[in-house]
Amino acid sequence: MTEQVFDAALALLVMGVGAWSMMAGRITSAVIIFIVYGLLLSLVWVRIAAIDVALTEAAIGSGATGMLLIAAAYKTGRESGARETVSGSLHVIAVLLASSVALGLASLAFVLPGEPVSLAGDVLRSLPDSGLGNPVAGVLFVYRSFDTLLEKIVLLVALLGVWSLGSDRDWGGIPGLKPFAQKHSVLVLLARTLPPIGLTYAIYMTWVGADVPGGAFQGGTVLAAMWVLVMLAGVRQIPRLSSPALRAAIVAGPVVFLAIGFLGFVSPGQFLAYPQGFAKPLIVAMEIALTLSIGVILGLLSAGPSNGKDAR
Amino acid sequence: MMPLQSLAAAAPTPDGYLLVLAIILPATAIVALVGLGGRGAAGIVLATLAAQLIIAIRVLSLVWQSGAPVVYVIGGWDPPLGIALRADGISAVMMLTSAVIFSAAAAFAWKDYRPPRWSPETRGSLVFWSALLAMASALNTLFTSADLFNLYVALELLTFAAIPVVSLKGSAETLRAALRYLIFAVFGSMLYLLGIVLLYGAYGTLDVSSLAELIRPNAATLVAAALVTVGLLAKTALFPFHLWLPPAHAGAPAAGSAVLSALVVKGSLFLLMRLWFDTFPSLRDPAAMQILAALGAAAVIVGSVMAIRQARLKLLVAYSTVAQIGYMFFVFTLVPVLPGESWIAASAWTGGWLQIVSHAFAKAAMFLAAGLVAEALGHDRIRDLAGLGKQLPLIVLTFAMSGISLMGLPPSGGFSAKFMLLVAATAEGHWLWATVIIGGGLLAGIYIFGVLARMLAAMPDGTAVAEIGRGRQLITFALAGVALLLGFLPLEPMALLQIGRMP
Amino acid sequence: MSGPLLFWLAGSALIGLGVYGITVNRHPLRKLLALNLLGSGVFLLFGVIARRGAAAGLGGDPVPQALVITGIVVAFSATAIAIALLSQLQSKAGRTSLDDEPPDEEDRS
Repeated sequence: MTEQVFDAALALLVMGVGAWSMMAGRITSAVIIFIVYGLLLSLVWVRIAAIDVALTEAAIGSGATGMLLIAAAYKTGRESGARETVSGSLHVIAVLLASSVALGLASLAFVLPGEPVSLAGDVLRSLPDSGLGNPVAGVLFVYRSFDTLLEKIVLLVALLGVWSLGSDRDWGGIPGLKPFAQKHSVLVLLARTLPPIGLTYAIYMTWVGADVPGGAFQGGTVLAAMWVLVMLAGVRQIPRLSSPALRAAIVAGPVVFLAIGFLGFVSPGQFLAYPQGFAKPLIVAMEIALTLSIGVILGLLSAGPSNGKDAR
Repeated sequence: MMPLQSLAAAAPTPDGYLLVLAIILPATAIVALVGLGGRGAAGIVLATLAAQLIIAIRVLSLVWQSGAPVVYVIGGWDPPLGIALRADGISAVMMLTSAVIFSAAAAFAWKDYRPPRWSPETRGSLVFWSALLAMASALNTLFTSADLFNLYVALELLTFAAIPVVSLKGSAETLRAALRYLIFAVFGSMLYLLGIVLLYGAYGTLDVSSLAELIRPNAATLVAAALVTVGLLAKTALFPFHLWLPPAHAGAPAAGSAVLSALVVKGSLFLLMRLWFDTFPSLRDPAAMQILAALGAAAVIVGSVMAIRQARLKLLVAYSTVAQIGYMFFVFTLVPVLPGESWIAASAWTGGWLQIVSHAFAKAAMFLAAGLVAEALGHDRIRDLAGLGKQLPLIVLTFAMSGISLMGLPPSGGFSAKFMLLVAATAEGHWLWATVIIGGGLLAGIYIFGVLARMLAAMPDGTAVAEIGRGRQLITFALAGVALLLGFLPLEPMALLQIGRMP
Repeated sequence: MSGPLLFWLAGSALIGLGVYGITVNRHPLRKLLALNLLGSGVFLLFGVIARRGAAAGLGGDPVPQALVITGIVVAFSATAIAIALLSQLQSKAGRTSLDDEPPDEEDRS
């Protein structure tokens, strides 16, 4: 009973806060409300027994996305305080369209085939062979590792997309992220004390990800957050984007992933298949490399393209 | 329950690994380009493009010789748990088309984006080549993957690779075009994803071939099919979702425009055809298919009229893409629903794919030609093109040749395609669509002859024309030549395009 | 009403809100927020489907859960590119509106 009340309240709250983020007057408030929405949403994911997703939603959907959105809101939100929308009749059409989509989808809840379908059994049947304990990690790194590999390429291409927006002259230079002008004592303190803790936590998340919820993405996001904090506080110089060490860190994960993929051709004979008995060590190695790459790429996505003017 | 045909379809074939390589080699090349900071970039790019061509030719000949699809099961995990790649006749044809056009575009772009040898990369070189390779990888995934979610990742990879090409010039105009494109495309893929979420909820699999047998026309399935369709239409820029396309395609550098218009819009279109003909054939309600054909007809007319009204050559060529995409949608209504297909249906099917392929070559040639015109004159204002016929006759000839295919005049791939569609439309009594097919050709004639007339007019005094190298002119000419040569294929259904079609 | 059903309804509402936000808002950053809201609604529906598929001792079907993780990352990549474009547009044009500027002189000549 209490669980149902809690679920109902949570569902209402998520809808309400979601709606609020669409309606808020100032763009900066809309973004902040959206971040709160993301955190509430990760609670929902906990409630539907998807802890891995809850962690990802909190880390990426709310955290990393929120970080980017806030920066953009402060940069571009000034031009118009109020919310500008399309005029009268179009607005009515949009409301009608949106509500029919929502109602249509909602009504499907009652007509989806009664017998729920699931691959849970199939996943568990073959999981022991891989030595992994976390079925979600099993799907991500064993059965559907091809998706995961392509997703890493997506991330890399997104980074290039962001870099491509700098100027020719500044290519390979220092990203446009501005450290705080004066040494802000609290920020510096945080930037000196938090990273070791964050690093430990990131390693822990990655390490346990094979068996319990967690993994490269969650670990990588923590790593990225620490790095952005350090960059913002100006404690460490932001590296040049052409720096060989930085490039190596960016591609480490994809390189290991691809290497393991090609190794599969040799033994046992299929791309992205693991040699008998080596699945777990290979996956853990891959996840460690991925954590580093994801952390660096997420940090760089937040730092933006190199920009001579801004980097001073 | 019918015997599970999918089990036979998913049995891997010996050379299936080629399909993995077609996707993974370009992906590996991107990682190498970024990791090595431009060292050896030229070699990496050339080797990858050459490998693409060889793989595509090999896959096509395998499919042709065996008369059956090439199949690979990644990691040995059969669907629905794992992901299978499957190249049938249409996949093989599209893989080859895309490999050839990528190679031509790369050769064309070599002058402007040549990777500096053994020195740090430049913005243009790294971004352009990585984006090109990412598009190649994404398109090969779209042409071969049999998994609906894997296809979603490929759709997004394709979009994210296309965006930096659109905004490569960095002007406010191209940034705006890229942002609008991105919002449209991501909205489209979200609708697509929503559709496949519902399909998974109803059937518990994302495998294209198993779904074909399981699917029943219930509410969830119909909503899913509608969402997937609208999402993919937004990405394909079918009228009325076409507004993002012209500024995006016209704003990119010439080689980029060529691949965007020739290949990238075909990625989502390919998936749409794959789904409606292989996965949802049982849902093909004639009335719904008529809606798609009507949107196609509207695209032909609106796109052509807008092309006629353009003052800039690149925008004219981009609007022509909006119009030419429309023709492909007649296939949805001309190929009837049930098996035991007639000769007429099979020729409409061939006509549709021939339209896709010949448009790819003709449009790539036309965009490259437009790029050379802009480079020679320093502008692409149509009213000031006079004198080009004398100064750059080969470019004008190329423009005319690609125009012949777009208008649908013989001999050209465009003629054969439109002729076969027209025969099917009249034979099946779709007089309205037959009229649009003919009318679209006439409208294309207006905008193409309008441009040619300006190009062939006498040169006004004092026009400076920059030197254009022979190589790029010949590449462009060759692409237009292929568009014409396709017209010598026999005017009958091609067996190759039927290989591996489900039921 | 059971939890999964409630969350299905919430997911549907979020998708509707996202569609509304994308269509009516003019500011591209707000469109982007709406796109993210729409995406999270889609993921949530997938999560409910996973929950319905709880079997073999698992609280949910791990396949959709894993796909949602991949989906969240892909959606994040889109946001990152869009934001970079938006900031660059702001620096270049001094505004971020997606409406076209009046055509410049060249066009009319």
